[in-house]
Amino acid sequence: MSLLAPSSPHAHRPLSTSHVMAQVSLATLPALGVLTWLFGWGSLINVMLAVTTAIFAEALILKLRKRPWRILMDNSALLTGLLLGLSITPLAPWWLPVLGAAVAVVVAKQVYGGLGQNPFNPAMVAYALLLVSFPLPMSLWPQPLSLQAEPWTFWEHLTHTFTGSLHAIDGYTGATLLDAFKHKGALTAEEFWLQTPVAQAVLNATTGVSLAYLLGGVYLLWRGIISWHTPVAVLASLLILAAFFYGADPSQYASPSMHLLVGAGIFSAFFIATDPVTSATSHKGKLVYGAGIGILVYVIRTWGNYPDAFAFAVLLMNFAVPFIDYYTRPRTYGHARAQRGIK
Amino acid sequence: MKSLQEISLDGVWHNNPALVQLLGLCPLLAVTSSVVNALGLGLATLLVLVGSNCAVSLLRDYVPAAVRLPTFVIIIASFVTCAELLMQAFTYELYTILGIFIPLIVTNCSILGRADAFASKHPLLPSFVDGFMMGLGFLLVLLILGAMRELLGQGTLFDNMQLLFGAEAASWKWVLIEDYSFLFMILPPGAFFGMGILIALKNLVDAEIKRRQIPVQAPIADRRVRVTG
Repeated sequence: MSLLAPSSPHAHRPLSTSHVMAQVSLATLPALGVLTWLFGWGSLINVMLAVTTAIFAEALILKLRKRPWRILMDNSALLTGLLLGLSITPLAPWWLPVLGAAVAVVVAKQVYGGLGQNPFNPAMVAYALLLVSFPLPMSLWPQPLSLQAEPWTFWEHLTHTFTGSLHAIDGYTGATLLDAFKHKGALTAEEFWLQTPVAQAVLNATTGVSLAYLLGGVYLLWRGIISWHTPVAVLASLLILAAFFYGADPSQYASPSMHLLVGAGIFSAFFIATDPVTSATSHKGKLVYGAGIGILVYVIRTWGNYPDAFAFAVLLMNFAVPFIDYYTRPRTYGHARAQRGIK
Repeated sequence: MKSLQEISLDGVWHNNPALVQLLGLCPLLAVTSSVVNALGLGLATLLVLVGSNCAVSLLRDYVPAAVRLPTFVIIIASFVTCAELLMQAFTYELYTILGIFIPLIVTNCSILGRADAFASKHPLLPSFVDGFMMGLGFLLVLLILGAMRELLGQGTLFDNMQLLFGAEAASWKWVLIEDYSFLFMILPPGAFFGMGILIALKNLVDAEIKRRQIPVQAPIADRRVRVTG
């Protein structure tokens, strides 16, 4: 066997948008599997509804804007629908993922001029809109299947999604763990864990989901799709703040491991905050951007009105991206120092 | 000098204070969560705009240019106080719902704008028509936005009209969608969305009108006759 020795230049094919989006979509599949395994068929149904709507909405807008339909092949609508479907509750009625995906594609992306022009992360715009408009259905999460006596079959779940028989399943639903912990009232953290025996089972299930997202995130890092700066900055700043307050008063504040493994922490750090369009550009900028998200999440989780805050934190830092980019331009070769601002 | 018809068309459409000049957005976005709120604020603004335009037009020869803006503001503030007292007397509940946005009519830029740009340079009748039509344009935008947000936000139209028209108007409420609530449209971001859509629609209509106009043949210029050389 002879080794090929091509002549220079040894350039390799640049990553195409459609390839990047497909890789990120692929990386979410372990978590989708774990969600379906631990919480039932809801997430799968959500993802199917959201992805279908997102692609149809994109096609419709491309037609209205008289843009070539090949833009649809960049897989960005697919990924937006996928991320939205994963982030909303498995018990959502059908119109939540459908409305969300339509808003994400039409309002948050195409109105601004399509992929690359949108200042805000489309999936998070849709999530924030749904959370603000429909707080009740959005905050209703199912208990893990291990706590349910008779888990629904796929068809039962599909019927629930489209006809809404919520009252029949009161025993299976509950607030999320972050929500319950936030409203533990006068209980100390120890008493909270003792008095809510289901909490441990929920913790185990959400930890499983988070680890599946971590697996996908590591895959993306390995393939060079995302850089380590944003996720590390998000998680490190969140952990440092959590450790500081937990160290000061462990009976009152949630532990760092809970902040890391419960809620949307790992999912958002690897899949949302790393969106190339809406995050900061330079490596230094990504560190600042990620740290800002981590700090905002801790502040809103601990002292704000909402139990989890990744959508709001990401959107607020999206606002700040032009400002961050302005001050974090890297030094270019041949210049003594970095330039400030846009030249 | 423009004809009264042109002034009217300017106020309602071509130079609409809300859709084209984008003035007075603060009350526009804040109170248009229902038809009745929009109508209440729109009528109060209309009243103030007509009053201030007439008064400014009558006084225009006596106000020195250097102090014209403070004078106009005082005139507007007097009319706003009148509107506020009238609302307290006749529609007290609506007055409490609209709250700070009634006194804030003083700071509505479109009113001071009309006083300075139009009424201080024109006689009484055109100033009156201008004030009325600008106010009407503003009122119409408020009404459309209010109806849109009430419909999309809570699925009703003409809810709580008794606040403005007396007890028998309570039956005007028209429920289009039962048990429906889309909080986003009631909250301030919904107002920005609605406003953006209205401006886009207006631009669309304008573009369509322009397209349909039969292109006027440019008159052939007189051929200049060389008289020298």
